[in-house]
Amino acid sequence: MRHGKYRFIIGFLAIPLALYGVLVISPFVQDFQISLTDWTGLTPDKHYIGFDNYRKIIHNHLFWQSLWHNILLLLIVPVVTLALGLFFAFMLNVGGRRKGSASVAGVRGSGAYKIIFFFPQVLSVAVIAILWQQIYNPDPEEGVLNVVLHGIGLGSQAQSWLGDPKLALACIMAVMVWANVGFYVVLFSAGMSSIPTEIYEASLLDGANRTTTFFRVTLPLLSDTVATGWVYMGIIAMDAFAYVQLMSVNNGGPNEKTDVVPLLLFKTAFRDNSQYGLAAAMGVAMLIVTLVFAVLTLRLSRRERIEF
Amino acid sequence: MTTETIDGAPGSAPRKSGSPASDAARWKWRRSEGGVLNAFSHVFLAVWALMVGLPLLWALWSSFKSSGDILSHPLSLPTHLHFENWSHAWTKANMGQYFINTIIVVGFSTVGTMLFGSMAAYVLARFEFPGNRLIYFLFVGGMAFPVVMVLVPLFFVTTNLGIINTLPGLILVYIAYSLPFTVFFMTSFFRTLPTSVAEAALVDGASHTRTFFQIMVPMAKPGIISIGIFNVLGQWNQYLLPLVLNQGDTNKWVLTQGLADLAVQQGYQGDWGGLFAGLSIAMLPVLAVYIVFQRQVQAGLTAGALK
Repeated sequence: MRHGKYRFIIGFLAIPLALYGVLVISPFVQDFQISLTDWTGLTPDKHYIGFDNYRKIIHNHLFWQSLWHNILLLLIVPVVTLALGLFFAFMLNVGGRRKGSASVAGVRGSGAYKIIFFFPQVLSVAVIAILWQQIYNPDPEEGVLNVVLHGIGLGSQAQSWLGDPKLALACIMAVMVWANVGFYVVLFSAGMSSIPTEIYEASLLDGANRTTTFFRVTLPLLSDTVATGWVYMGIIAMDAFAYVQLMSVNNGGPNEKTDVVPLLLFKTAFRDNSQYGLAAAMGVAMLIVTLVFAVLTLRLSRRERIEF
Repeated sequence: MTTETIDGAPGSAPRKSGSPASDAARWKWRRSEGGVLNAFSHVFLAVWALMVGLPLLWALWSSFKSSGDILSHPLSLPTHLHFENWSHAWTKANMGQYFINTIIVVGFSTVGTMLFGSMAAYVLARFEFPGNRLIYFLFVGGMAFPVVMVLVPLFFVTTNLGIINTLPGLILVYIAYSLPFTVFFMTSFFRTLPTSVAEAALVDGASHTRTFFQIMVPMAKPGIISIGIFNVLGQWNQYLLPLVLNQGDTNKWVLTQGLADLAVQQGYQGDWGGLFAGLSIAMLPVLAVYIVFQRQVQAGLTAGALK
């Protein structure tokens, strides 16, 4: 029986572990190793050059600019997305006209709203990015957004959107928010509906208005879910590769004003002379930034769990 | 809050209001607050619903317009239906081939992910053996690091294995990168299932393998379906991995690659109708599946965050 148990364990773990070891763990370890070499892919052999690639990165203006864009995404996109998600979820669950004896009610049609809000979540980022690239079309007569602005009397606000170095990154952020809000509406709705209505009733009875109820009751009770959402959004913001690569002018343009580290890494490795060593070092830098973000988030969100 | 609750529990109200008149006034104020809030909610919710729905509808109706019409009247509805956009996208732009490739890759990789992920998760959840924790954390740790980080070495690992630019290669990579979340979720799912049924099966002489496939898998069906949906969508929408690992033969491309290329190509050729048809081809199947199974899809995608 014992013998059979170990044979079974090994039999069940062998394939998943082999796949994972070869395709995930080994590349992960090799990345550190490659980052210490001058490998360019043009020469068959590589030489260890110590931390030269890291020195290059530290002195590379483009890297810092790209990292700054990632940090901007990391600061702005999750805040706006989660705030909108919470706002809409609260409206859906508590914003309804009360009927009968229920003191807290969801709005009518909340199910339909949730279905529509969730649409972008099932679509590929490639579809979303290309669709919005068309909407942002800079032409005053061909670009949908510009035509709409003219139509509602805001014609003076018509822009070249993705072509404007000052606006391009903000335009991409807006699409990232657009694509992700629905997920958090559904997530937070699920969280809110599990909060017992007695708690809402008690706070309303004590004279609290909806705003107070939201900030003093709903938000603290949802803090765990919000923290998880923050980590998820942070991962999306740290990546942003597909959004930027597909939407921006010239892969990170105009003037590299939308470039992000993952795209820079991709270009360094697979476009510009295949500087594999340098790209691998960028990968390590990304890992460090991601870990710092994760640790900070967990630190800041640690608080006592409220059971209900 | 209703009048009944106020009348029913006067003692619990923080400030006892003396006259019934002021009670009524407060109640009225509260009700109007509710009404304003309700109208306010509906306006905001409807605006966002339009902001989400209209771009998608616009892409769909543009796919039936001629390219000239798309440019000169970007917002107008199609005057007559140009179905040739769809056939161009399907055949000339090769979207049909990409569609089939995507189905093959996602089909095999989701089944593979669920099979291997559940097998590993079951063993890790139910059996004590040296190294159990280590293997678990090895898998779960994979959720924390960005895939972009390993692009360079992954490119060479797949090259050396001879699986780069092949669909089976892509399938194996998708499985490997879907394992962390699948193992994480399924391990906690198997832990919640009762042990007695499996023990009874073992006592009756069923092997561990048979117990797993005939007893545990059917019991774990809700979890498998949730995470299966999660993986189908994630893999269907994957862009970065095929971009790097499947750049060779265009006949082996998946939908997202084809779309990205279509967007660039149509920029030169001016076939905007074809681009919107391509977008619709990529969009409609997932939206249709989502609308039919929306409850399960929402549950599946949010399952990880709620755990």
